[in-house]
Amino acid sequence: MKYFQTFLKYRYLLSNLIGRDIKVKYRRSVLGILWSVLNPLLMMVVISTVFSVLFKGGKFGETNIPFHVYYLTGATVYNFISEATSTSMMSVFTAAPLIKKVYIPKYIFPLEKCLFAFVNLLFSLIAVVIVLLASGIKFTFTMLLFPIPLLLALVFSIGLSMLLSALTVFFRDIVHIYGVFLTAWLYATPIIYPITLLEGNKKLMLIMHLNPMYYFVEFFRKVVIYNTLPNWQFTLVTVGVSLLMLVIGILVFRQKQDKFVLYM
Amino acid sequence: MSNAVEISNVSMRFNMAKEKVDSIKEYLIKFFKRQLLFEEFMALSDINITVQKGEVFGLIGLNGCGKSTLLKIISGIYKPSTGTVKVNGTIAPLIELGAGFDMDLTARENIYLNGSVLGYSKQYIEEKFDEIVDFTELHQFIDVPMKNFSSGMVARVGFAIATITKPDILIVDEILAVGDFLFQEKCEKRINELMSGGTTVIIVSHSIDQIKRLCDRVAWIEKGKIKMIGAAEEVCDLYTSAK
Ligand SMILES: Nc1ncnc2c1ncn2[C@@H]1O[C@H](COP(=O)(O)OP(=O)(O)OP(=O)(O)O)[C@@H](O)[C@H]1O
Ligand SMILES: [Mg+2]
Repeated sequence: MKYFQTFLKYRYLLSNLIGRDIKVKYRRSVLGILWSVLNPLLMMVVISTVFSVLFKGGKFGETNIPFHVYYLTGATVYNFISEATSTSMMSVFTAAPLIKKVYIPKYIFPLEKCLFAFVNLLFSLIAVVIVLLASGIKFTFTMLLFPIPLLLALVFSIGLSMLLSALTVFFRDIVHIYGVFLTAWLYATPIIYPITLLEGNKKLMLIMHLNPMYYFVEFFRKVVIYNTLPNWQFTLVTVGVSLLMLVIGILVFRQKQDKFVLYM
Repeated sequence: MSNAVEISNVSMRFNMAKEKVDSIKEYLIKFFKRQLLFEEFMALSDINITVQKGEVFGLIGLNGCGKSTLLKIISGIYKPSTGTVKVNGTIAPLIELGAGFDMDLTARENIYLNGSVLGYSKQYIEEKFDEIVDFTELHQFIDVPMKNFSSGMVARVGFAIATITKPDILIVDEILAVGDFLFQEKCEKRINELMSGGTTVIIVSHSIDQIKRLCDRVAWIEKGKIKMIGAAEEVCDLYTSAK
């Protein structure tokens, strides 16, 4: 109850900080919005050119989905989690001057970066819509469920960001380690290769099912391009992974936050 | 009459690592060589102070004795290493004015930004906006980026925002020394106003005259320990004569 009141008290600060980030990114350059749509599209063109040569223009996923659609839907989710967590990581540490001067609930900083990344995600969804239309994918009502996997990915990102931002205060160099980890995570998730590639290999499939990113990416693809609903087990695991990460993040953050000022 | 602030057995230990250990590699090396001994520095040790409701309480002491640290602990910015602080009521800390000011933004934008940092709602800032600007007397500069302000002007804006609320407990750290003499008078008047409304005040100042004039009781802190607590006159006289 007390925590909730504090959160309400500082919600204007939260929206102010997000507003400032949005202003810097989108208002200062007219091309801001255009870039956040063009960037994933150009990336998609590059990757699909490379991979259509490698895989000889094969169809991807469970149905006849063109590679670039398969890639873009996966990359959109991955990019969101990657951006949210890597910008959050430094957020507490860079807020040191503020944290040492006034009382502010410190979780505001990673939370703000995650929400800002979510705003960027919404803009990059424009690219997804354009590609879906251009690729002749038919509209289905299942598509309207797209916010569910994205919101779950947001919950997961907030948890992971709280964990990472707390640890970064004590060990500055995990920023670099996490950068490498993110690249590995991209390749460990079926984003640029079809999941069917792994289906013969039991060990790899097991690892895949331990990879949280897999659930968000596949959930999003299922509703947006496969026109299927995930079964209840899949849904339960995705929800469970998100909430578990959030709880871990909150617990670690809470346990460490009083010591932050001593290390900044 | 109940207490506004109860400080019991508060100690504050800072890490004064000579070389900062902030990478995992260094940490592991030091850990295995068993060198992970932070040089600990006690900024405050075993502080006990009770401030009554409506009281004006002063803290005096030499540079680096721990006054600002104590105020930050009372305001919740720092958590004490040991001991507890009980606070009854809302706090307005005037410790570091203008926290979060973005000098590229105008004074108007910064009033909203700094207000939100202090936990004010948007609606509240809108209501009080004119009052804040009136107090700063900077009407013609309100849409100028604050990087073009003099330091006194910045301080005016910071002070005006921080004192717009009527808190139960006001915490003041040496900020009365900002601005020209007219503005200093105005600040002191504002603080007097807040005090007359029954607000509890905890104040740090190096101006012993000011402390004598404003405070009921004073604590003299020396090297992180309380040297003396008592009536303002008495403590101040001993402090100034102890050279
Ligand atoms: N974040 C910190 N990390 C390490 N040491 C600190 C930190 N903050 C304060 N100290 C140390 O604690 C001691 C007390 O500092 P503090 O700012 O409370 O002094 P002060 O009494 O307010 O002095 P002044 O009169 O100069 O304002 C100082 O020796 C300072 O070096
Ligand atoms: Mg000080």
